[in-house]
Amino acid sequence: MKQRLALWLDRQSDRLFILPSVLMILAFSIFPLLLSAYLAVSRFQLGLGGYQIRFVGLANFAKLLFGSEQYHFLGVFAPVAWPGWLLLALLAILVLASFRHYLRRGPVNALGVVGRTICVGLIFALGLLIATTAGLGGRLGSLSVTLLYVFLGVSTQFVIGLGLAMLCSQRIAGRSFFRVVFFLPLMVTPVGIAYMFRMLADMTQGPLAPIWRWFGLGDLSWAAQAWSARLVVMVGDSWQWIPFIFIVMLAALEGQSTDQVEAASLDGASYWQIFRDIAWPEIAPTAATVVLIRIIEAFKIIDLPNVLTNGGPGIATESLTLHSFINWRTLDLGGSAAVAYMLLFVSTVLSASFFNLLMQPLRRARS
Amino acid sequence: MSAPQSVTARKSFFESRRFGELAPLSKVVVYGLLLVWTVVVLFPLYWVLITSFKLPIDVAYPPKYLPFIDYQPSLHAWRYIFVDLGNDTFRPYSNSLIVASISTLLALTVGSMAAYALSRIQYRPRLGSVVVFILILAAVVLAVAAGGVDWRLAVAVGLAIFLLALRTLGRRFKRHLGNGDILFWIISQRILPPVVAAIPIYVMFQKLGLLDTHVALIATYTTVNLPIVVWLMYDFFVAVPKDLEESAQLDGASRFRIFIGIVLPLAKPGLIATGLLVLILAWNEYLLALFLSTVRAQTIPLLVAAQNATRGPQWWYMSVLIIIMIAPVVALTIALQKYIAKGLLLGAVKG
Repeated sequence: MKQRLALWLDRQSDRLFILPSVLMILAFSIFPLLLSAYLAVSRFQLGLGGYQIRFVGLANFAKLLFGSEQYHFLGVFAPVAWPGWLLLALLAILVLASFRHYLRRGPVNALGVVGRTICVGLIFALGLLIATTAGLGGRLGSLSVTLLYVFLGVSTQFVIGLGLAMLCSQRIAGRSFFRVVFFLPLMVTPVGIAYMFRMLADMTQGPLAPIWRWFGLGDLSWAAQAWSARLVVMVGDSWQWIPFIFIVMLAALEGQSTDQVEAASLDGASYWQIFRDIAWPEIAPTAATVVLIRIIEAFKIIDLPNVLTNGGPGIATESLTLHSFINWRTLDLGGSAAVAYMLLFVSTVLSASFFNLLMQPLRRARS
Repeated sequence: MSAPQSVTARKSFFESRRFGELAPLSKVVVYGLLLVWTVVVLFPLYWVLITSFKLPIDVAYPPKYLPFIDYQPSLHAWRYIFVDLGNDTFRPYSNSLIVASISTLLALTVGSMAAYALSRIQYRPRLGSVVVFILILAAVVLAVAAGGVDWRLAVAVGLAIFLLALRTLGRRFKRHLGNGDILFWIISQRILPPVVAAIPIYVMFQKLGLLDTHVALIATYTTVNLPIVVWLMYDFFVAVPKDLEESAQLDGASRFRIFIGIVLPLAKPGLIATGLLVLILAWNEYLLALFLSTVRAQTIPLLVAAQNATRGPQWWYMSVLIIIMIAPVVALTIALQKYIAKGLLLGAVKG
């Protein structure tokens, strides 16, 4: 009996190896995704002796985009100021350039055109949203705030992380010390970071208080201003995630072959020339991957804004995940699922277009 | 001869004299920048550490930077957290230890099995069967959520229909998916924001009566971290040479024995790096714990987040909590530091 069982197990081993993973993902990702989709098109009501779920179609989404939740999700619109026009012009140029590149480079198929149109349309719409809500008199909604955290946050983190990796890849004493120290913030729980930065940013009794007083800013509170509150959230997030980019880029820089670099430096090429022409093309695919990972994770931010500012002042620092969570806590399950689905849509389209438009060409260029 | 020499001499002031060796001036700049960042990293941690030894009065303005000189350190906050609160601190702490370690072990086991299988065995699931399965699953969800059908009944009927469809229609589907598709499907689960899945998972555990238990948190964390394990371990297994396995196979060893006896020991560095990463993610997780636990299964990030009580945050207690929360992971990381860079790199480079 035991032998037969062993035999059977061995014959089924191909399936048994992968089955647990597939079942777990089905139970905890695919099934929730479907149930969430159902919740997003229905209204949840507590009644006598239980609850009741009613189908309402796309009403939850309409509420977010046009109705009573518009100020929360999209923000309050205002006339576009000049930085907004600048952003839009930049985006338009970028969009046209990428399309022109695509049409020129060759095989054009329907799927490519449709996919590009969706992603380009979404990027432009999001740019328009930020331009119209960031002006004077406007207010950012949770969607724009999340985009701000993702793009401003991740690009800052990438620049600093890469810079530190370049410094640390020099031949200097104490490299391993710096490496361990720079890695530490990644370990700290985001909730802990939130309180830590509340302590540090305390302008009346924190460690920097004498400096604020000297500038005459002692009575000011960063938590009461929308932009300073967002800044503190982004600083905390960057403090945690720069190490991740640092450690991967450092390994990439150390992993590349030194022959070419040595030859170029013997020929008298400057550091910047070497970096631009030799080092960068080699590490660019790794850089793109690390940025993609960060973008995916940054869309999920909640701990920092929730603990640091509680989403405030007002809704100024509220991310989409926090927005969805707050809706859940007020028992608006439909609204919560709708926000979550919007987040899923935006983050999937943007990650996919980053992957297709930036990473694939880079890889093709290298191979 | 003399002209080129003077050129190199002038240049070397700013640039490398020999490759890799820095000129004195740039050395100063490099060290300066590195030290600045060291301060940026360490000062917040230092401030938390000294605040945990401060009396409430020492936290007020002007800030006190140096223990023993600016103020007299006191252990009152530590005593409060460990002695007065006692079980209220230890319970979340042991919850976190149990949940994080067990879910890490499970994710490593399940995930590396899948990663190994994907790197060695060719899977060819039929596209049609997958589509049928998803449709039936959606129908089951709809029947339970909207139709009010008992979920056990719906699952049983759905399963029966699926098996029936597999027997009858299965052979007609011609298009196959490959290993690459399965791998991409598993990894892409990471894009899914947890908040999308949080409410259904909450409802699911509520129906099962498992809310606020270790089981709920362990199962959820295992699945959430599974894609990372599969992704990173896949690269390791691809790199492990296959000769040993093939000769073991000829000797008649089963696939399980080969996996446990030969492959896993070879992939140990990868297992350590991946395990550490997953452990940290599970230890720090906040959103899902917020949904799934209240009192009994509360984890330590929730305990810290809940400190913002009516009297405003009491920084001295908070600092103690932050320190005991990050101390174990920091110690582990420093101990296993050389593995983690390798592990992260392999995943990131190959994407």
